[in-house]
Amino acid sequence: MDKLELQKTANEVRKGIVTAVHSAKAGHPGGSLSAADIFTYLYFEEMNIDPKDPKKPDRDRFVLSKGHTAPGLYSVLAQRGYFPVEDLKTLRQLGSYLQGHPDMKHIPGVDMSSGSLGQGVSAAVGMALSAKLSNEDYRVYTLLGDGEIEEGQVWEAAMFAGHRKLDNLVVIVDNNNLQIDGAISDVCSPYPIDEKFKAFNFHVINVDAHDFDALKAAFDEARATKGMPTAIIAKSTKGKGVSFMENNVSWHGTAPNDEQYAVAMADLEKVGEALCQK
Amino acid sequence: MSEVKKIATRESYGNALVEMGAKYDNLVVLDADLAAATKTGTFKKVYPERHIDCGIAECNMVGIAAGLATTGKIPFVSSFAMFAAGRAFEQVRNSVGYPKLNVKIGATHAGISVGEDGATHQCNEDIALMRTIPGMVVINPSDDVEAKAAVAAAIEHDGPVYLRFGRLAVPVINDNPDYKFELGKGVLLKEGKDVTIVATGLCVCEAVEAAKKLAEDGIDAEVINIHTIKPLDEDLIVASAKKTGKVVTVEEHSVIGGLGSAVCDALCAKAPTPVLKVGIQDVFGESGAAVKLIHKYGLDAEGIYEKVKSFV
Repeated sequence: MDKLELQKTANEVRKGIVTAVHSAKAGHPGGSLSAADIFTYLYFEEMNIDPKDPKKPDRDRFVLSKGHTAPGLYSVLAQRGYFPVEDLKTLRQLGSYLQGHPDMKHIPGVDMSSGSLGQGVSAAVGMALSAKLSNEDYRVYTLLGDGEIEEGQVWEAAMFAGHRKLDNLVVIVDNNNLQIDGAISDVCSPYPIDEKFKAFNFHVINVDAHDFDALKAAFDEARATKGMPTAIIAKSTKGKGVSFMENNVSWHGTAPNDEQYAVAMADLEKVGEALCQK
Repeated sequence: MSEVKKIATRESYGNALVEMGAKYDNLVVLDADLAAATKTGTFKKVYPERHIDCGIAECNMVGIAAGLATTGKIPFVSSFAMFAAGRAFEQVRNSVGYPKLNVKIGATHAGISVGEDGATHQCNEDIALMRTIPGMVVINPSDDVEAKAAVAAAIEHDGPVYLRFGRLAVPVINDNPDYKFELGKGVLLKEGKDVTIVATGLCVCEAVEAAKKLAEDGIDAEVINIHTIKPLDEDLIVASAKKTGKVVTVEEHSVIGGLGSAVCDALCAKAPTPVLKVGIQDVFGESGAAVKLIHKYGLDAEGIYEKVKSFV
């Protein structure tokens, strides 16, 4: 998929996020939107996966450690064909398989249940270790929030991955700089993030989370890196693509009302139209 | 009892892992810098490539096990009960229990029989914690034979299992050709008509001895060994309670949330019966020799005998 197609797809993923959260009247749009380009790149370009065979043994794995951004994951899975896009409107509703946080037991394409911060990364490390133990060559990707890395378990996992030289593991940090209580630099700063991962024996790449050329270069570099895991620190904009949500922490875990939804969709339609002119 | 063979169930665990490691090449063992104490070191000697030391980081260890299980491995994670069930409780609940992953938790050094290390390491709450997790199987074997059988049964079972082992060497009581371990099935060790003693773990042997002393006083106690606390063999317990009309539970665990609570849950629904819960009475432990602690807290044959006698 070329860059323009990726951009168009990411825009559709964003529409799905906003629609799902609006329909649910709850959920986490800010961090889903900030990671939408990363989700899109992983599921449409980077990973060896097959929506028709979600559990194929040699598939690459993805663990959404920042599980509250499930709307982002579900939207990209729907776009990729794991389940109907229409189902996104059932998010968080009683009886829906689209649980508030990722549920591997019921959602096609979800490799690990997650949501309690700091835990997904350990599971991803376990998957990467498993591949090493049995000489399989699938790769494992996990996406963390920059607030999430305040959890100590993240660094337990990082220490282990670095120690075991898990070069089939890519840890991506969605660095949108905002957590519920404010800027991560104000709440309990985890900066410098890149230096921390370096200290845990990771190969570290800093990247613009919304630039597909940069994302391609970063994931290619991760793939070429041997003997150590890679951490991609992706500098992002929380709420990216929806004017009034961008860099506004109040959209971390709030759903738009009908009026706001209309504005958000108009924003995204405009982006989509502009992309079609290219 | 002096010539009775004594083995700590943690030793049995290590030995069983070696045996099972030969049978299942997807079995892997994880430890958190306690391989010498949990006895997973026994497995490490034979299968070093399948023994993963995670360092002193139990929460991450449980998460790694969950990840391994998603790919078809059968991970056994080991630490002291305090850390496996206590520190990593939320990881066990959310990363293992919720997705119902095939992770086996081999928790050693359970209960006050940890001894000299004292209260910080004496976990009397693990059964309570683990049995609240939906789908979690909880096993507390009474001796070497049962502990090894429990490891095999845990592997046969597809889903999370919590196995509780002890540090103290305890008498081998199930060493007979008829012994058969069935997950979720209690074992009727002695029939009686006056009172039912339901025991688990190292208290089973003590309960059997207590029943002998009670018999000398003309009290005919029924003794049931509950190795699987969840799922509980409710039929066996209810039937016995209906017969004797009085139940005493005995466990090296808090009386809040453990075997005693599980038995009460079953009886209050199906056969309300007076129950006396013998165990750790809502207090922390303390340092001391294991055998002396078991005596002090009333969990030896003498303590059980006195409690049952005053209850009947």
